[in-house]
Amino acid sequence: MADLSIDIRTLIKRHGATLAVDHVTLGVRRGEFFSILGPSGAGKSSLLRMLAGFETPDSGEIFIDGQLMAGVPPNRRPVNLVFQSYALFPHLSVAGNVAFGLEMKRIPRGEIEARVAATLELVQMGDKRDRRPGQLSGGEQQRVALARALVNRPAVVLLDEPLAALDQQLRQQMQVELKSIQAQVGITFVCVTHHQEEALALSDRLAVMHQGQVVQVGRPQDLYESPATHFVAQFIGTSNELRGTLRDPHVGQAILTCDHPGLSGKVRVAMPSDLQSGAAVALILRPERVRLASNGEGTAFDNAVPGTVEALRYLGSGWRCVVRITEQIAWTIHLPNHANGLVPWKVGDPVSVQWNVSDGTVLPLP
Amino acid sequence: MRNQGGWLRSFSVLGLAFLYLPIAVLMVFSLNASRLSATWQGVSWQWYEMLWRDEALRTATGNSLLVAGISTVIVLLLGVPAAMGLERIRSRWRGFLEPIFLLPLVIPEVMMGVALLMLFVVLQMPLSLATVMIGHAAFNLPVAIVIIRARLQKLDPRLLEAAYDLGATPWQGFRRITLPLLFPALLGAMLLTFTISLDDFIVTFFVAGPGATTLPLKVYSMIKSGVSPEINALSAVLVMASMGLVGLSLLFQRR
Repeated sequence: MADLSIDIRTLIKRHGATLAVDHVTLGVRRGEFFSILGPSGAGKSSLLRMLAGFETPDSGEIFIDGQLMAGVPPNRRPVNLVFQSYALFPHLSVAGNVAFGLEMKRIPRGEIEARVAATLELVQMGDKRDRRPGQLSGGEQQRVALARALVNRPAVVLLDEPLAALDQQLRQQMQVELKSIQAQVGITFVCVTHHQEEALALSDRLAVMHQGQVVQVGRPQDLYESPATHFVAQFIGTSNELRGTLRDPHVGQAILTCDHPGLSGKVRVAMPSDLQSGAAVALILRPERVRLASNGEGTAFDNAVPGTVEALRYLGSGWRCVVRITEQIAWTIHLPNHANGLVPWKVGDPVSVQWNVSDGTVLPLP
Repeated sequence: MRNQGGWLRSFSVLGLAFLYLPIAVLMVFSLNASRLSATWQGVSWQWYEMLWRDEALRTATGNSLLVAGISTVIVLLLGVPAAMGLERIRSRWRGFLEPIFLLPLVIPEVMMGVALLMLFVVLQMPLSLATVMIGHAAFNLPVAIVIIRARLQKLDPRLLEAAYDLGATPWQGFRRITLPLLFPALLGAMLLTFTISLDDFIVTFFVAGPGATTLPLKVYSMIKSGVSPEINALSAVLVMASMGLVGLSLLFQRR
């Protein structure tokens, strides 16, 4: 068995008639930054509350640091939770909030002082130790909430949508800090979020949840490059999609037929080994894996379909281009900024959209 | 429209006058040098001095403060757990229990007094200061519960969860988180029930035993032998003290 901080085995939790958590089995390695990503209602909050001990599983087991957590109340679990609303104690100072956990453990006064001071330094709140939470900005409250968890040196720090309450700029700054603090202390972080960019940026590994089930676990690049299901492909990153049926499989490739007359039979895709000819699938193409060429030029790519530039947005690092392919289908394509922000197309231009078989992912439709 | 606003404003002045004119008259005449209430003979503090020297009055004041103090303690000791319990009860039962807890607020006080007297007679409890304390605690309990619950409902339940998560037992969570956050409401409830107890006449009249004379009972017995300026002075003191306490209570509840 690997060195696991958290080991969840076939966990089930019902809320009324719905399965909030449906046979979840998951392992979180020691010292890793692990995210549980999913849309709201996917069961991730329920999972987090079961880890913290606020909800009781209907069946299955949770091991934290090798200890079975069945029947262990929240105050005796080796985990600390950073609440989405921070839940700082309004009547205590910053230092009082951070010291609370250590006081509950009856740690000697001198050690409490030292550990609180060190942890406040770590989150850069040393100069605000006597403030009340009400006098702090959102970002500062977030730091105090994190310090209040870290100071106890738990086996796992649980974070519930840690950056959701912050504005965009602060959120990016805190992402970087959260990651660097986690690396410094080396404590396992488990973060629940519906924000996929955040999860990709922060995590060593992540699990995607959908309707109570874990649909895929892996590194950010695994999930982005090789999504296991159509849901994961759609949920993580921007994806362009072409739905159709697999036909004529031949040496690892197949033809995608669809009901768009201009495209049908023209698109070559990789043939997944676990699918049969005739299967309904979606071809997923990431915005940066597709190239644009002027219409009518010859092509070295496996696939080329005609389209019209519908919108162009300058992002600095490149252009975000929307190309209309059929009446129903418009793809987002990322064009890198090679030199001085020039782009050879304008809105309304006919273009050729090109990609190789290996650029796309073929996933069965549910 | 503007004219109408002016009208409404003068009505609110009229309403204030209606409420406070009698009290103002009382206070002014408590400073009257004349023994006859109707005639004005200049300002004097003599009636207040007389109050200070009246032995029986001082005993009554002591009794009133004792009753108010102990009944307030009883109310808090019962009211905090009762309010917390009401918050945790499932909705169906709560809808039934809530009005029952609040009903004594609207029961005519005379009936409350008779009922308490009957109860003490049935229980064969001799009437004394103790029965007055119990009686006051009974009608003050709903007041305290209303105030404490208003505050409890505003408390973020996540704060307690955070405390448990940080290693607190339920008792530590109550003592370190709930109680301090409840403190303004407790102080407000305390001051209000203290004042209501201090001012109560009707229930006290029914359940007080011989010798258990509180201040309002004393005023009543004094008034039987005619309105004296001394009573004016005493009433002025009571009114000022009550208004001060209620003002403090509102101040703490607002925080």
